[in-house]
Amino acid sequence: MSGDRVRLTVNGVPVDVPGRISVAAALLGLERPFRRSLSGQRRAPLCGMGVCFECRVRIDGRAQQRACQVTVRDAMRVDTDD
Amino acid sequence: MTEAFDIAVIGAGPAGLAAATAAAGAGRRVVLIDSQPTAGGQVWRHDVAHGYPAPARRSIQGAMSGHGVTWLPETQVVAAESGHLLVQDPRRGYRLPYRSLVIASGARELLLPFPGWTLPGVVGAGGLQALAKQGWALRGRRVLIAGSGPLLLAAAHTARRHGAIVLGVHEQASAATIHHFARGLWRWPGKLAQAASLRLSLAGIGYYPGSVVTAALGDDALSAVEIEGPRGHERLDCDVLAVGFGLVPDLTLARHLGCATRTDHVHAQVDVNAQQRTSRDDTFAAGESCGIGGRDCARLEGTIAGLAAAGVPIPAALLHRRDHARAFTRHLDRHFILSPRVHDLARDDTVVCRCEDVPLGAIRPHANGRSAKLATRCGMGACQGRICGAALTELGHGPSTDARPPVFPTRLSTLGEPDRLPSLPVSRGIST
Repeated sequence: MSGDRVRLTVNGVPVDVPGRISVAAALLGLERPFRRSLSGQRRAPLCGMGVCFECRVRIDGRAQQRACQVTVRDAMRVDTDD
Repeated sequence: MTEAFDIAVIGAGPAGLAAATAAAGAGRRVVLIDSQPTAGGQVWRHDVAHGYPAPARRSIQGAMSGHGVTWLPETQVVAAESGHLLVQDPRRGYRLPYRSLVIASGARELLLPFPGWTLPGVVGAGGLQALAKQGWALRGRRVLIAGSGPLLLAAAHTARRHGAIVLGVHEQASAATIHHFARGLWRWPGKLAQAASLRLSLAGIGYYPGSVVTAALGDDALSAVEIEGPRGHERLDCDVLAVGFGLVPDLTLARHLGCATRTDHVHAQVDVNAQQRTSRDDTFAAGESCGIGGRDCARLEGTIAGLAAAGVPIPAALLHRRDHARAFTRHLDRHFILSPRVHDLARDDTVVCRCEDVPLGAIRPHANGRSAKLATRCGMGACQGRICGAALTELGHGPSTDARPPVFPTRLSTLGEPDRLPSLPVSRGIST
């Protein structure tokens, strides 16, 4: 399935992940952070279905995207809070 | 080219797929809309590793096999008015005209606050399923499952199927209640078969009734949980806690349209008549939005709603089967009532509104949801109260306040100058 992988840039670092998975699944698998809350707490996906908005990240420069609602694409740029 | 649709179906889960199939079978032009990239809804969510279950594949193919269903994935309804919806997909926002509407918006998971529930590594039970099916690599991770309801068993099954080490399933309902629930299942052979097959696939995984996770522990992420059950107090190391307390109807769209709801249950449901018609003449609702009854009930109600929206008479036998399936809702409700132990888990410093970081102690002094919202911003963040609203309703802190349009965060261009109705593809089938 090596041909099935896509290359993302997460916080400036290139990473290869399986194609067709969600950005949330990719970040969870890589054990990367997602966002910080208003008071600075680390948050990560909770509902997995686009309801809770805890998995928000910046995707290709567009802020506040729900990572669980977006499928990875080759050359996608993902930026998280830290 | 499509000028307008007779029937718009919102939600492509079991109810929406059945409604679209029935309405298109009656010769109507149907548009089927879902915010996810693939059809199936939550219960039939496409699994990147395992595909669709067979009934889901059949149902999806049935809906999209080319008799007049236009399928719009990744499309979110942000506002609705009589006669048209304002929708947004990744490329554009536009108005979508309709004559009749079928709401098949399904359910959301009831997620309740307890100390540590905001830590990364704590997910919903349905949340775990959704994320695993999206490709979350769970192999070798220690997963503990807790909360209440049959969904916990399904979550355990999904976790194990994706390679997780399932440490146990902790159900808050008592052992006596669970036995009574199981003994009553014979009336719904489909449910009984589901339960039996789940039980088989979960061999070797401990099921602990009367057991509640009282806290999630860790600094920047989950490392352990505290559990209180018949065996007393214990602490277990784990990587993932999947915790959910059942499902609640998703009423965002129905309420926004002004459809009447029933409140004979803690969490309101869309009020429908025998033909699944809401209090609005042109709007029908089917499935979990009318009360949590499971996929079999949702499919029957979807078919009825699709036929009724198309103006076709409903066979009496179908109505009868629906009534029987719907009776399962009461069976569920009676047995998975949340104990006061669960209601009392959150402390004053436990965050309830995760978007605005509002702790329970700040909400307590307020008489109702609206007053709490004005004073603390509780429910005013990105999720618009979707999580804390249901939680506060369950905890008895007044009715949740509803999202106002746009019901999802929306691009300004969608609101300002929605595009003209684009030329939409006619059903192009799906790849499973």
